[in-house]
Amino acid sequence: MKEWFPQLSEKVYGKPLVYLDNAATSLRPQSVIDRWTEMSVKYNSNLHRAVHYTAAKATGEYEDARKQLATFIGAKPSQIVFTSGTTASLNLLAFSFGEYCVGEGDEIIIAESEHHSDIVPWQMLCQRKKSVIKVLPVDDTGHLCIESLPSLLTEKTRIVCVAQVSNVLGIVNPISRIVDICHSKGIPVLVDGAQGIVHFPVDVSEIACDFYVFSGHKMYAAPGTGVLYASGDWLEKLPPYMGGGEMIGTVKWPGSSYAPAPHKFEAGTQNISGVPTWCPAIETVEALRARDTRMSGIRDYVLESLHAIEGLRLYGEPARPEEKIPLFSFTVEGVHHEDLALILDKMGIAVRSGQMCAEPLMDRYGVTGMLRASFAAYNTMQEAEYFIESLNKAISMLK
Amino acid sequence: MTLSEAKQAVVEDFSMFDEWLDKYEYLIELGKKLDVFPESSKTEDKLIKGCQSRVWLDSKEEEGKIFFKADSDAIITKGIISLLIGVYSGRSAEEIADDDFAWIEEIGLRENLSPTRSNGLASMIETIKKKADSSRNNG
Ligand SMILES: Cc1ncc(COP(=O)(O)O)c(C=O)c1O
Repeated sequence: MKEWFPQLSEKVYGKPLVYLDNAATSLRPQSVIDRWTEMSVKYNSNLHRAVHYTAAKATGEYEDARKQLATFIGAKPSQIVFTSGTTASLNLLAFSFGEYCVGEGDEIIIAESEHHSDIVPWQMLCQRKKSVIKVLPVDDTGHLCIESLPSLLTEKTRIVCVAQVSNVLGIVNPISRIVDICHSKGIPVLVDGAQGIVHFPVDVSEIACDFYVFSGHKMYAAPGTGVLYASGDWLEKLPPYMGGGEMIGTVKWPGSSYAPAPHKFEAGTQNISGVPTWCPAIETVEALRARDTRMSGIRDYVLESLHAIEGLRLYGEPARPEEKIPLFSFTVEGVHHEDLALILDKMGIAVRSGQMCAEPLMDRYGVTGMLRASFAAYNTMQEAEYFIESLNKAISMLK
Repeated sequence: MTLSEAKQAVVEDFSMFDEWLDKYEYLIELGKKLDVFPESSKTEDKLIKGCQSRVWLDSKEEEGKIFFKADSDAIITKGIISLLIGVYSGRSAEEIADDDFAWIEEIGLRENLSPTRSNGLASMIETIKKKADSSRNNG
């Protein structure tokens, strides 16, 4: 693995780096780094704009990534819009969808456990359109209160927004059931797949959601890459978000026409070196999945060990272990998350602490922040054991 | 103790520690011993909010000296607060405003106080400096 992911060989404060902040961003494999540099060193050129060799090559790599991504998630290439990340995808969607069909008094439903990037763009839309947000609650164990969903849906509901897996709770939400409930009333569903896609295979045609968004940097690709997938002919119907070069049909003073989807949503110079890294990133995800049977062992071990720590509260308590990705957010009674993170940091362990871009969820559980350890396929059982041992040591220092 | 003696004393205390672990243990002890900050004084206007720990800071002036009282919900932060208060509380506005705060770097706590850690400490130091500045200009 160390040859595969060079950063695994790094030392921090003279100790081997134990990287458990994968939900924030994953490490990059050598194949991604190589493709990324190759694009800058050999094929740097703007896309779609010139007939010369290098432009054609760069454009080819860019469009190949779209095709490979489409296959990866079970979509058509024309349904894949490249963005700079989940946040950009959500802002694009909230704007375009809002322009298309959200008006005064209309309702947007958002899960209580959403990341700020799936909340704030919708709040901005609601401010513009005088529409309102309704919240789909989570229960004490971190499960969405699906049974309250039907009663939240009205004839004014325009869209339901929910993460496949919350970046705090780590529980796989019952997306298919949510989609069934919403579609039975003709309401579209947006799924934030930022935390889901790296952990299990995703087939959007099977999920049958209307929109699916995710980031490249959380699944080994270059930062500044992201996807907005839209089912059916949504992309034809939605108006563009940004205007500019490459997204147009013709431009005349009285008005312009737009390029067909997905290019209508890709104005301006794109992430020329980053987008082609989707291909080695997808290959990495698939290769790791094929060889990886250890992850569930690590998950079960960490889950059990955390349960054994006195005064520790886990947020996102699975009914069955399979329901949880290896992501653990918790607080320890009488101990501040920042203190724990500072001590773990000095032990070489990178964990996340704080509100984790989910302040409403922190409020829901009455905490100012949490500590989160999130594992990736390159983490080892040895690292998991070192983490638990170090956590216990840190707690005893602080209590 | 003069300001420079107080700073020197802290630097000497810290020079005894080779290990960061001992440093943190010492800060935790200091944090636990920090003077009680009344709950009723933990009001919004005294709160310095960070994504991590929260810091409350209160100050008053008496006979040309500024006195600070502070608290935090995190214990290591509280330990650092205790150091800051030990060094700066009861000094004149001139002394504080002219100080370079370099001792913090000398004891190896700069990274704990950097704004990128997004705790309230960096803002606490800014607030202490501002308080001293405005007090000097008004005085
Ligand atoms: C569930 C979820 N949604 C959205 C985001 C935002 O992703 P990005 O910062 O890559 O735009 C994240 C990343 O932190 C996330 O975990």
